[in-house]
Amino acid sequence: MSNTLLQVKDLHVGVQDKEILNGVNLEIPEGETHVLMGPNGTGKSTLGYALIGHPKYEVTEGSIVFNGEDITEDGADERAKKGLFLSFQNPLEVPGVSLSAFIKSALEQIKGERVKAWDFKKKLHATMDVLDMDYGYAERDLNVGFSGGEKKKAEILQLLMLEPKFAILDETDSGLDVDAVRTVSAGIDEYKKRTGGTLLIITHSARILESLEVDKVHVMIEGKIAKDGGRDLVDEINDKGFEEKE
Amino acid sequence: MKEKTYVEDIDRSLYDFRNEDKDSFRLEEGLTEEIVLKISEEKNDPDWVRDLRLESLRMYNQLGLPDWGPSLADLDMNHISTYVRKNAKLADNWDDVPAEVKDTFEKLGIPQAERKSLAGVGAQYDSELVYHNMKEDVAKQGVVYTDIESALRSEYADMVKEHMMKLLKPSDHKFLALHGAVWSGGSFVYVPKGVKVEVPLQSYFRLNAKGAGQFEHTLIIVDEGADLHFIEGCSAPKYNVANLHVGSVELFVGKNARLRYSTIENWSKNIYNLNSKRALVEEGGKIEWVTGSFGSHISYLYPMSILKGRGAKTEFTGISFANEGQNLDTGAKVVQLAPETSSVMSTKSISKGGGVCTFRSFVKIGKDAVNSKSAVSCESLMLDSKSRSDTIPAMDIRTPYADIGHEAQIGKISDEAVFYLMSRGLSEEEAKTLIVSGFADNVTKELPLEYAIEMNNLIRLEMKGSIG
Repeated sequence: MSNTLLQVKDLHVGVQDKEILNGVNLEIPEGETHVLMGPNGTGKSTLGYALIGHPKYEVTEGSIVFNGEDITEDGADERAKKGLFLSFQNPLEVPGVSLSAFIKSALEQIKGERVKAWDFKKKLHATMDVLDMDYGYAERDLNVGFSGGEKKKAEILQLLMLEPKFAILDETDSGLDVDAVRTVSAGIDEYKKRTGGTLLIITHSARILESLEVDKVHVMIEGKIAKDGGRDLVDEINDKGFEEKE
Repeated sequence: MKEKTYVEDIDRSLYDFRNEDKDSFRLEEGLTEEIVLKISEEKNDPDWVRDLRLESLRMYNQLGLPDWGPSLADLDMNHISTYVRKNAKLADNWDDVPAEVKDTFEKLGIPQAERKSLAGVGAQYDSELVYHNMKEDVAKQGVVYTDIESALRSEYADMVKEHMMKLLKPSDHKFLALHGAVWSGGSFVYVPKGVKVEVPLQSYFRLNAKGAGQFEHTLIIVDEGADLHFIEGCSAPKYNVANLHVGSVELFVGKNARLRYSTIENWSKNIYNLNSKRALVEEGGKIEWVTGSFGSHISYLYPMSILKGRGAKTEFTGISFANEGQNLDTGAKVVQLAPETSSVMSTKSISKGGGVCTFRSFVKIGKDAVNSKSAVSCESLMLDSKSRSDTIPAMDIRTPYADIGHEAQIGKISDEAVFYLMSRGLSEEEAKTLIVSGFADNVTKELPLEYAIEMNNLIRLEMKGSIG
């Protein structure tokens, strides 16, 4: 048990007095890749937000233990500093702040020290190559005027630059064309290679999983983990669905 | 709450240090004919300046306070000293400036900036300039940069007389009348035909004396085809009595000339800043205003561009940041009188901690200004629900052949954006500061690097203790 990175115990989460998660239990060992599937509106994204500490998602019961430490009461910035990361389904636009300036200041916050401009730029460009991104994007305002695919790539760029211990990817593949899915998968591969990091991939399609090694699959139905299994569960769901329309 | 005060006290000290008022000449408080005559005598005015002062005083006594903006009821002229002078001569070498005054400007980084990136510097302390210097190669091009008082005794005396308080007249409003009566200090700049000044000139105004007023006059004439960037900076320590700043800036932009006028204003939060600025632009000329307003208790400030010649242009880029106890009534005006003129106003305002920002724009397109254009945009950001932001646009269009646009947006800082940044490791304060800096980016990127950094520092300073 010593290598459990994330442990979610009987987690109840509500938004504006409406309970969405009612008793989620989840355990993810260090270095593993887990997949969270389930129909729309069942609470998958809520779990993602609750794990990284969105103030609107209130934990009413249960706890989140990360790296042996109870982080249930921690703010989002503290959790990020401890190594949690969420790739947003709809990343926010921030005018006047460039993608590169943002990543640099986040990196400095997480590391607690100044990052040398030259080293940073070199690593940024090398990472953008992996994601097939034009360097020009680094100087553009954060997510402003980015297409859906560009936003997702910018999220993966942040993942690779910030190198968190644990990353939640919320529907990173949705709305992407085949090429973009391939690029994003390559980025996720790179993350595993560089850091040996731990992943929770929230998705309702199997496309992004084709090229990834998956250790475990969890199916969430109505705010609870209804089923756990191995990779074959993905294929099963692909064939039969969740018994309701996506 | 405690920590907030603590942090602000520490950081504010950068601007907030005060010097004791020793070794200076200070006129008694109030505004009478006797006091105005004393200023005139002290400054050894030419007759026409003395007459202008007396005429202005008469108008001051006739004109009423504005009834449409922030209240000026607490501003009592009987408690303002209109003239305070250090017992020091105007120097062109920092070594000759009295130690504590020099120390003040050292702390504000003025001599350092001069060495690094400026073509010339003027530094005013209370009512008079204490330092004025210009690089030799710029002087060789025939550029004149001096205090107004020296200009009045030079070969440019007639040029000053011909232009001074002609664009901004004492009869325009009560505070211009006040300015006409008690003005002192400021700068005179003349850039001859075709001369392009490659690096900026800068004047810095420091109001140190408690309960005093600063009334500097800036007169800039950029002749045909010439080019200049002028930067104005201002600050003051905070006192618990009212201080007053009533400057005037008159800018004459010749045919096909260009003038950029940049201001970083950081008056302390007990200051009434009732400033007037106006530019007259001839054919094909261009005036560019870049303004960051951070300080003062109450501001009234609406730089006006008069586009007199065909194809004249103006661009106004400004930002105002009102924090607790501040009411900043700012904006811009343009009067387009000739064909094919164009104006672009792009402003942002930020209000926080109960601060009030009001943006006023006024666009007049005369009947002869056919094929002219005007675009006004104003964006406001409120950081909490107790702050306030208003937009008051006015337009007077007298020709059907003009292209006019107006856009206004008022919004609150997005909680979701703050959370997004926090989820990457930024604290709430850092996240908000980054969003606000980004919002102000249109102004920052128009400023020379050193000033852009100063402006970001001011934003950082204002954002301290923004959690709650």
